[in-house]
Amino acid sequence: MSEPMVQVHNVTKVYERGKQKVEVLHGLTLDIPKGDFVALMGPSGSGKTTLLNLIGGLDKPTAGEITVGGNRIDQLGSGQLARWRAHNVGFVFQFYNLMPVLSAEANVELPLLLTKLSAAQRRKNVAVALEVVGLADRAKHKPRELSGGQEQRVAIARALVSDPQLLVCDEPTGDLDRKTADEILGLLQVLNREHGKTIVIVTHDPKAAGFARRTLHLEKGQLLEQAA
Amino acid sequence: MTRTGFVVANLFRKRVRTILTLLSVIMAFLLFGLLQSVNSVFSSGADFVGATRLFVQARVSFTTALPVSMVPKLEAIAGVTRVAYLQWFGGVWQTNTPLIMFTLDPQRYHDVYPEWRMPEDQWQAFEHTRTGVIVGRQLADQYGWKIGQKIPISSQIWPQKDGSKAWAFDLVGIFDGKDEEWQKRTNQAFIQQDYFDEANQFGIKGRTNFFILKLAPGANAETISKTVDAMFENSPDETKTQTEKDFNISFVKQIGDIGLIVRWILFAVFFTLLLVVGNTMAQSVRERIPELAVLKTLGFSDGSVLGFVLAEAFALVLLGGLVGLALASIAGAMVEKQTGGQFLLELDGGVWLLGVVAIVLMSLAVGVLPALRARRLKIVDALAGR
Repeated sequence: MSEPMVQVHNVTKVYERGKQKVEVLHGLTLDIPKGDFVALMGPSGSGKTTLLNLIGGLDKPTAGEITVGGNRIDQLGSGQLARWRAHNVGFVFQFYNLMPVLSAEANVELPLLLTKLSAAQRRKNVAVALEVVGLADRAKHKPRELSGGQEQRVAIARALVSDPQLLVCDEPTGDLDRKTADEILGLLQVLNREHGKTIVIVTHDPKAAGFARRTLHLEKGQLLEQAA
Repeated sequence: MTRTGFVVANLFRKRVRTILTLLSVIMAFLLFGLLQSVNSVFSSGADFVGATRLFVQARVSFTTALPVSMVPKLEAIAGVTRVAYLQWFGGVWQTNTPLIMFTLDPQRYHDVYPEWRMPEDQWQAFEHTRTGVIVGRQLADQYGWKIGQKIPISSQIWPQKDGSKAWAFDLVGIFDGKDEEWQKRTNQAFIQQDYFDEANQFGIKGRTNFFILKLAPGANAETISKTVDAMFENSPDETKTQTEKDFNISFVKQIGDIGLIVRWILFAVFFTLLLVVGNTMAQSVRERIPELAVLKTLGFSDGSVLGFVLAEAFALVLLGGLVGLALASIAGAMVEKQTGGQFLLELDGGVWLLGVVAIVLMSLAVGVLPALRARRLKIVDALAGR
């Protein structure tokens, strides 16, 4: 493995729920090298999704530093963070979160509206992304016309289309059957091994974690151990 | 796919809801266009340019009669070539069909209104038959009246000397209009003033409701109008002189302050529209909180997300507004045609401009709160359903 893609240093995250303050992460430190495929596991409330959100730039730590791809993202303003996300991170969610009013190819094209690419170039990139996930023949279909596995592939294509170096996946197979889940995880493995993407997934499923290169366990906001 | 395409796709995510909302917007702007045109007509100042006839009535009200003896004084005014006069008869056909019916001097009326087309022998018959009546082509065709027929017509106002309100007249002429516009006005009937003066029970003689002044070519209508009113100022018969068009408008203004009525109607219409469309937009954003959060995760800024929602509101109101105004234009043209140009409901540039301003303001009003909500939403909370 090479230099770290993600460096989390002494990060704490506290949420305010009304008058209560909930400390979800406690002085957490970890490095994720470039090209790694890491699974974050732990019981509910352990802070794994919170950590994922911080790494993906969806939230900011209460204390500590987070560096991704050489950028101190904890110091970016919300506008800067949005621009950083557009070019550096791809997100995959448990429930796909596709736009129901758009076709598969339009969904995949959405992130490219933030670039200066021409319409023709955007269409080309979309076609490549759908080809990578094996859904070129379903480009014109709306999400309601696709199976769960196909929707997740479209979501992965959307996450890939602007060629980010980091993919962040929150329970990507949580809503899929075993066979389809294995296909999706296999796809993620291909993206990691053949395309060099750094991937961080959150999962409850040990079998899903088995597809990663290593697994990190969180409990009560702290790292317990690292398992290869 | 473009940002515009994305906005339009979201606009029609719930097709039935969007179409129903659009229909509300269309109706609102249709009413806006028509009522604003009405308002323009009633708010516009007197326009004497191009007027070839002037109407003179009593200053108090056109229901107050003026003496026919004013005619020589009126004809003596420079620029006035001929004067006719009309008195309202209040005719009723059969039981309860009101007629537009006046008493007049046939020769004078013939001179002042060259737009009517009737054979000279019929004009002569009308002049020489005291109980004669002439009717417009529309009336004749509608009731199947033929020349030579005796037409029983009663009056809402004037009884005969025997106390009966049932009159009877000899149909001696049927007139047409010179063109399509005037043909639409052939729904009137005229009888002789002299016969009326002789036969009415009240002994009303030599009185009339309005004078019509025919102007010489190039005469300054505004100057003549002021001259007439100045001539009779401080007399028992003070006058109000105006163009034919303004006379028609003031007739309708008897109902009330048309401008105020129109403004209140429009206020009610747009307030309701605000609630309907505002609710639609608020619902639409509420349903899409996770999607808006996803847009933010993809890298769309808070401002972009606000822009998407505002653009959606604008697209909805713009589409409905433009269709509504266009329909108002068509409806106005139809009304103008049907009334033979008597009632002009033209959507001029001013009304269109006001309409566009209303579209922009309405879009902001219905879109700003949902757009701000979209802008402020926190990605993590929205994705977690909080």
